[in-house]
Amino acid sequence: MEMRVSHEIEITPTSVILDGQPIAVNDTGEKMLVELYRRYVGDYPKFFKMDTLARLGFIAAEIVLKQQGQTCNSQQPTAIILANRSASIKNDTDYLATISDGNYYPSPALFVYTLPNIVTGEIAIRHHIQGETSFYVLDNPEQLEPIVQSTLATRHSPAVILTGWCECSEANMFNAKLQIIWNN
Amino acid sequence: MVYCAGHSIISPLGEGSQANLEAVRAGRSGLKQYTDRFPSVEPFCASLFDTPQSFVPLCIKSVELAVTNVDLASSQTVFVLSTTKGDNLDLWTPAQTIARHFGNPNRPIVVSNACTSGVCAQITAKRLLDAGLYRHAVVVGCDIQSQFIVSGFQAFKALSPEPCLPFSPDRKGLNLGEAAATMVLTTEPRDGWCLETGSIHNDANHISAPSRTGEGAFQCLQDVLEGVSVSEIALLGVHGTATLYNDDMEKIAIQRAGLENVLVSALKPVFGHTMGAAGVLETIICALQATQSYSVNRTSFIIKMLSGFGGVNAAVRWRCE
Repeated sequence: MEMRVSHEIEITPTSVILDGQPIAVNDTGEKMLVELYRRYVGDYPKFFKMDTLARLGFIAAEIVLKQQGQTCNSQQPTAIILANRSASIKNDTDYLATISDGNYYPSPALFVYTLPNIVTGEIAIRHHIQGETSFYVLDNPEQLEPIVQSTLATRHSPAVILTGWCECSEANMFNAKLQIIWNN
Repeated sequence: MVYCAGHSIISPLGEGSQANLEAVRAGRSGLKQYTDRFPSVEPFCASLFDTPQSFVPLCIKSVELAVTNVDLASSQTVFVLSTTKGDNLDLWTPAQTIARHFGNPNRPIVVSNACTSGVCAQITAKRLLDAGLYRHAVVVGCDIQSQFIVSGFQAFKALSPEPCLPFSPDRKGLNLGEAAATMVLTTEPRDGWCLETGSIHNDANHISAPSRTGEGAFQCLQDVLEGVSVSEIALLGVHGTATLYNDDMEKIAIQRAGLENVLVSALKPVFGHTMGAAGVLETIICALQATQSYSVNRTSFIIKMLSGFGGVNAAVRWRCE
């Protein structure tokens, strides 16, 4: 089994690096994600409903898949396999604040993002990917490698995997490193 | 090939897989009305432990109950935890605590794929074993209910005020539940149950509403039906949450896959929706139902399917003897 990484993106609160080359940004943190949205997407207002984790994964996927130059679709079975260490803790904390005693107002729009795999669903919807979507909570990014390798080794393995680390522990503290991996 | 070396269920209905199967057979249910279990939430109907349980001890007890001669402390064994909210929103630390409790040297894996996690955890474990990375995997599914979860589902208006009625025209929504369930998987051949295949697909449609065409669930069923005929399927364990949209979606997916005449097992009226535990618990009960209750053949196949938020669907096929 041979794997080939075709493209890679890394996003931190202060930097965006695509295939090893820095992309110039003006803002930092969550404002930078909005800046990237306006530059690379612009016509998908659902973005503004998303929590920070989903915005991070969505925009990272958007940029790296654009770099690929073709949309991965059902003709090219694609999987989305992401991971992080703290699940959906940032949005969980936000939701918790809305149900604290004396301030009880549970919001379905906020509650739905209290699952880390929602980001994989957002990417699947945007790019019409009906393959596998999986989210793992792990100690570190290296732990994801054997999981991806064993996924590629299965009989019905995907041709392409969008995979990597997508972490947001609190507001303006996030990092993503996503790769497009081809199953050769 | 991946075999089941041991299993267990702890639910409000009892401890041990067999005790829970007997509860199902006897028509018992863990569902009760609650008015003041959690602050602020409206009255709800759920299957909860009489004495509130802690996440980690419950998981540990579940693993201990899964009678097996697999060496849990071996570097050849990996722990795979299926949960949505873990121990008070922390997923990684409790997984590590559980693995360390059994002297396991490997870093555990947490599968957090919404309500499909328990089936996805089986698939992940099978892949790791098939790839030769480990010889055994301890798949633990568990969730404990809280103000957090109940308030969220109430905000979604997804909860039924009464015991749920999967696939009934009168269904009003789901009931939540608490449980821990464990399956110990091994590459060493065993009599009994064999995990043959699994599949995960996204609807790519909506993050909180199921696909109207049941696309992802249908693709999962199509994948796990490969190599067997529909007539060989003894039992189909459905998700059957009893929400209007989930059951409609599943019905369409089941029909599209040609499984409309297969006997189904819908366990939410007994256990409630046990979230991270559901895939493991319901697979065990289905396998026991197929081998001890319904089977006419010596060998039968079961399919367990689940769907969840994020548009994700999953299914596994077990061969049961």
